[in-house]
Amino acid sequence: MNDMHNPNDYATTHSEEAGVQIRKTIWKVFWILLGVTSIEVALGIFYQDWGINFSIVKTTFIVLTLVKAYFIVAEYMHLKHENSYLKKLVVIPYAFLAIYLLLLLLTEGGYSERMINFMF
Amino acid sequence: MSHATQDNSSNRWQGGVLPFKVNYGKLMMWFFLISDALTFTAFLVAYGFQRYYHEGVWPKAENVFTHFPFLHGDHPLLYVALMTLVLILSSVTMVLAVESGHRNYRKGVKKWLFLTIIGGLIFLGSQAWEWSHFIHGTHEGALKLGKGTYTMPDGSVKTTQGNIAQWGNEAKTEILMPFKVDGKPVSVKGAEAQKIIANGTPIHGANLKENEYGPTLFGNFFFFITGFHGTHVLSGVILNLIVFIMVSRGVFDKKGNYEMVEKVGLYWHFVDLVWVFVFTFFYLI
Repeated sequence: MNDMHNPNDYATTHSEEAGVQIRKTIWKVFWILLGVTSIEVALGIFYQDWGINFSIVKTTFIVLTLVKAYFIVAEYMHLKHENSYLKKLVVIPYAFLAIYLLLLLLTEGGYSERMINFMF
Repeated sequence: MSHATQDNSSNRWQGGVLPFKVNYGKLMMWFFLISDALTFTAFLVAYGFQRYYHEGVWPKAENVFTHFPFLHGDHPLLYVALMTLVLILSSVTMVLAVESGHRNYRKGVKKWLFLTIIGGLIFLGSQAWEWSHFIHGTHEGALKLGKGTYTMPDGSVKTTQGNIAQWGNEAKTEILMPFKVDGKPVSVKGAEAQKIIANGTPIHGANLKENEYGPTLFGNFFFFITGFHGTHVLSGVILNLIVFIMVSRGVFDKKGNYEMVEKVGLYWHFVDLVWVFVFTFFYLI
């Protein structure tokens, strides 16, 4: 495609046949999200009965949440099918700032707790 | 759009080129969502920090939000799981509305957008119900400790000021102090307990100044994070409603594309995305 275009050209459209396939993907993602959420809820309610260590449960929750986030952003928000520079533009600044903040504050939280135990 | 038709590398600085291959409005929606995502990240990370800091006395959400409409007893997580299901379903109907829009199929857009609005309203109603339960609290309530120094059964001396102790029995003669030994709250009975009760205030439910479940900050974070998310849901419902009216009046048929549905769709999925994280970090962990 050359650069000569009407700005409205980039509005996404698709045909009836393509629509059938896209709707299939949409429902597939729905079942994935529902399945993952059910696993999370079941684990949350029963992990003590099943005798699973909470730190393992916690890690599982975080991994499953990231799985759900991936499907929502990639398929429902359509980011997987966008221009590769748009993908980077959205993911890299966010991931950098979020991970930076997370590491800083959780480190500080652990430190403060030790300080409290030390002082009192 | 004459400015866009004459383009070559020498006048690219004058605009008219769309390097990300999306239209202006959609790109700006993505920019807005990045900044909004960082705001929510900051809230949740701050929550994690305080939770880590108050480890031990921080209440577990599954012990706080245990009610389910028309059912008696404790049902941890069930209600919030239902809310999550409603929001995921409304996300599906939204993406189906966007898909219909891509085929310029007005009837489909109307139908799915309408269902999305209904889903959003159900979610908001559920949240109001949960807030109401949290604010009114439990029948037993808890004891807000006054300023004082008390001797614990093991002989140690503890100073209290405004922390929350739970009742150890129905008769309210035993107190579970907000200090833990071997992972269990210290229990106080007898004369020392009477002294503590006389100096404390019984409280019920939660507000921004105190809550019966533990540190005041727990209530503050709950109201602030779910409230801020709820505000987003409300604005999403309003935006969807506006677009629904525009679709009904055929505005986008005249315009030739349904990209507006896609833009509000992005916002709506973002609201769902935030809830996925709130669900995990507030209710599950």
